[in-house]
Amino acid sequence: MNDEVLKLTSIVKRFAHHEVLRDVSLTLHRHEVVCLIGASGSGKSTLLRCANLLEPINGGDIELFGQSLRDPRIDPDLVRRHMGTVFQSFNLFPHLSVLDNVALGPVRALKRPYEQVRVEAMALLARIGLESRASEFPDRLSGGQQQRVAIVRSLAMRPALLLLDEVTSALDPTLVGEVLDLLTDLATSGTTMLIATHEMNFARDVAHQVVFLDQGVLVEQGTPEEVFDHPRHEATRAFLGRVR
Amino acid sequence: MSSETDAEAPDAPPFLYAPRRRQILQGRNGLIASTLSSALIVAAILTILFWAPGGATFRSTFWNPHYLWLALKGDPHQAVYSVLGGIVTNIWMFLLCEVLVLVFGLLIAWTRVSTSPILLPFRVLAAVYTDIFRGIPFLLVILMVGYGLPQLNLPLVSNLSLASYGCIALTLTYSAYVAEVYRAGLHSVPHGQILAARSLGLTHYATMRRVILPQAVRTVIPPLLNDFISLQKDTALVSVIGAVETVRSAQIGVDTYFNESAYTMSAILFLVMTIPLTRFTDHLIARDRERRLAGER
Repeated sequence: MNDEVLKLTSIVKRFAHHEVLRDVSLTLHRHEVVCLIGASGSGKSTLLRCANLLEPINGGDIELFGQSLRDPRIDPDLVRRHMGTVFQSFNLFPHLSVLDNVALGPVRALKRPYEQVRVEAMALLARIGLESRASEFPDRLSGGQQQRVAIVRSLAMRPALLLLDEVTSALDPTLVGEVLDLLTDLATSGTTMLIATHEMNFARDVAHQVVFLDQGVLVEQGTPEEVFDHPRHEATRAFLGRVR
Repeated sequence: MSSETDAEAPDAPPFLYAPRRRQILQGRNGLIASTLSSALIVAAILTILFWAPGGATFRSTFWNPHYLWLALKGDPHQAVYSVLGGIVTNIWMFLLCEVLVLVFGLLIAWTRVSTSPILLPFRVLAAVYTDIFRGIPFLLVILMVGYGLPQLNLPLVSNLSLASYGCIALTLTYSAYVAEVYRAGLHSVPHGQILAARSLGLTHYATMRRVILPQAVRTVIPPLLNDFISLQKDTALVSVIGAVETVRSAQIGVDTYFNESAYTMSAILFLVMTIPLTRFTDHLIARDRERRLAGER
């Protein structure tokens, strides 16, 4: 059986006349973790936003379970229900309790009964040790706690994959660990993830594939050993030299 | 070794002292200073009222206890309406209008931020509407509605009471303002909130309804209340088409007795209505400010 979840083929994205993504192709298989690395502005975030149709693409194709998302009959809202997205700045809903943040998607997008969703949401919060904070508002939580809530908020939709956009970049260094631990835990349990990150050690530990982007071009792709230990391209070597 | 920051302390010991004139106002002296300055201002105002060349005339025309009382209770024998009875009309007008304005204003704002291609003509209409009714003086809107609608000879809208025409005019004008307040509120919600909601697969409508609007309403309550204070006062302008509300009642009293105290009474009644709302609005603004400051930490 074909286990390709997300397939990006020759993605081109332009803002005005500036090409942000140039012919980027990558495939995400079931239970696979792919880490996108590269300098700020290399196109990592844009690639994620193109993947879940928050940004229209100018060329190439996106396939989810073999279905092209460029088909005009596609409903982007349905597509996004299968892709959980976690942002650098958490973007929790400040007017909703922690529990209702997690429950909003299943209740309002999937129209599932609140009581049923509530039980699942509590189980997800228990998984990150925050079930006792369920009735509080997000601004009472630390950044690390907020980001973990944001992650389980996406999981509550039971997505086919998670897109994570530099989810630890806005965090206090002391709080990065708890978020990375959760992601490692998810990776171990087989969650399919496409992760844009600056955390090289984390990428080395959890990624099955590492993709290096430089100025919108996919320069190098391979296992963590191939990319981190034996980079074949000068640009990759230069980038890794700078971040070490 | 020398660096940019090793200038020595100046010699004279009190070099960190505030200038003398500011030292005077520090500590308990500040309270005394504020009391004194307030007393001075009150005294100045009273002086102008009592020692102005026409002060006595002014007081007997605008602050005559006998006519203040007459204005308050009305005088059926002289066909003079009670100012207090008149304000009941103002009160039901603004209560009704506030509800209508909240609904129409939101409807217009919602239309203006909509994205559906099919709503394009409505978006244009909504923009034109807000431009027109924010651009025409309210007095003219009242005159045109009050004298125009009856001439149309339409069922339903051409046989209303004068106060009802006033309500239509108030709703037309204030909905335009309130729509803009709502719209500013909708735009004030960070874009990341929209991205997060849409990423969960929520539709545009669900995003607006469940995520953006609840946050926007919170931020727009103080400016909204400001517009309501002004709406309360503008009910007085409905008197120009002859609706007998408090100002019209006062005018009749003034014309009958040749004494302006009825205006003063009407003004007092307006203050009784508006001051609680202004105080409440200020309280909300102060609370929001505190929250923001606490949020920044």
